[in-house]
Amino acid sequence: MLSINLVNTYRIPQTFEYYRPESLREALVLLSTIEGAKVVAGGTDLLVDLKFRRVTPRALIDITGIGELRSIGVGDGYVEIGSAVTIQELVESEVVGRHLPLLAEAAELLGSWQIRNLATVGGNLCNASPAADTAPPLLAYDAEVELVSLGGSRRIPLERFFAGPKKTVLERGEVLRSIRVPLYRRRAGWSFIKIARTSFDLAKVSAAVLLSLEGDTVADVRIALGSVAPTPVRARAAEESLTGTGFEEAVALAPELVAREIAPIDDVRSTAWYRLEVAKTIVKDAMRRAYERFLRVGAAP
Amino acid sequence: MRVSFRLNGSVVEVDVEPHETLLNVLRDRLKIKSVKYGCGIGECGACTVILDGRPVTSCLVLAAKVGGSEVLTPDYVARTELGRRIVDAMLEEGAIQCGYCTPGFLTTIYAAIIRGVRDADSMRRALLGNLCRCTGYVNIMKAVKRLLEDVR
Ligand SMILES: Cc1cc2nc3c(=O)[nH]c(=O)nc-3n(C[C@H](O)[C@H](O)[C@H](O)COP(=O)(O)OP(=O)(O)OC[C@H]3O[C@@H](n4cnc5c(N)ncnc54)[C@H](O)[C@@H]3O)c2cc1C
Ligand code: FES
Ligand code: FES
Repeated sequence: MLSINLVNTYRIPQTFEYYRPESLREALVLLSTIEGAKVVAGGTDLLVDLKFRRVTPRALIDITGIGELRSIGVGDGYVEIGSAVTIQELVESEVVGRHLPLLAEAAELLGSWQIRNLATVGGNLCNASPAADTAPPLLAYDAEVELVSLGGSRRIPLERFFAGPKKTVLERGEVLRSIRVPLYRRRAGWSFIKIARTSFDLAKVSAAVLLSLEGDTVADVRIALGSVAPTPVRARAAEESLTGTGFEEAVALAPELVAREIAPIDDVRSTAWYRLEVAKTIVKDAMRRAYERFLRVGAAP
Repeated sequence: MRVSFRLNGSVVEVDVEPHETLLNVLRDRLKIKSVKYGCGIGECGACTVILDGRPVTSCLVLAAKVGGSEVLTPDYVARTELGRRIVDAMLEEGAIQCGYCTPGFLTTIYAAIIRGVRDADSMRRALLGNLCRCTGYVNIMKAVKRLLEDVR
């Protein structure tokens, strides 16, 4: 039988209702009353899924017209980022550059300029790809996410938000409202390293490191990785073992310690073996780069 | 549904289906053929337009979303003073082979210069999302450098 491939990315081969409410409450009402309704933010993940018919929502609720989801604010001891803030807005934000340089570094490496102008930080997290570039830095900063529904709101650590590849703990009718990032109080060095096919492809492996030293001893270190487990992960056991050791010793120990906490797989982008070896290497590289920045931050007036 | 937005300086009103992308509506309903379809999934930049001052891939934007916004397309950009200079620089450096990627490059370069990009390295980064199937990158970057010297 003749089979014709009807997938052609010019058009979206299905239809749905579309709403662009101006208040969060309105969005929540639509979301809970329309069975099969789905949130859309920048659409850079969702439109691709719609074109390939990987999802078939009855309605799309566009949240990019909701003012309260679009701002970045500084509170007492934290930075709060609205879920519909775009990746390019993160790159250009003075607050993010000053307080969350690790996030700024990762945001700059996400997609192309055209994609960053559409893509949102909330969409990046809710899409729950193990390769999501904003996840490792936000995990390293101990970020929390605020989830809201008509029934109220809850705040949970980002680490507990991811439930598996493309899965989160968001319940039906729930929206990610904002990401709250506690300020890292120590003098710190940072580094985000991403290995990908092209500079704007999804990561085969990525690593984020925050590092603080006392003399030459590791006073605090945070290590988070992307694309090496079902979700983006913190290497907490490694962090604990490395705290209190000399920096050079920590760099030597880190690869094997981190390797124990990840479970990479084979997929279209890479192989498990490659991911494991590269993860070990870029964790070292990221620690060294963070170290250099730590020294430079200290040298600044 | 009916959407109204500013297109290349004038207000347009057009009926669209909720599942139509901005690329579909510009090309098929408004007959603006300077916006090209390459990959349809955000990877090539052929469909680049300027939405509220920022370049975006119109294949990943729902048309219904641009109500109230301002959209600039490559043909408009090419008619501006700066756009003409960009095209001239590309012609002089042989930066156009089959030409399919050119409207996208033109539009991204235009947006970058308007937003203050003045050095070749930043321009190269701004252009990562524009692919040239003819792989004419060397000449495109030559054109960019010639242009930047000019703009400075
Ligand atoms: C060419 C290209 C290159 C890319 N490169 C990268 C890259 O280098 N790194 C990377 O990490 N990603 C990359 N991406 C993926 C994508 O751009 C990002 O994941 C982006 O941040 C998604 O955000 P969005 O606003 O476009 O999400 P959308 O597509 O709008 O939504 C994604 C998912 O999240 C849900 N959602 C969105 N916001 C909310 C919310 N507030 N509450 C509840 N649910 C919500 C939607 O229902 C949907 O399921 C790339 C994509 C393309 C097309
Ligand atoms: S057609 Fe839109 S990026 Fe390729
Ligand atoms: S000139 Fe042919 S695609 Fe660029």
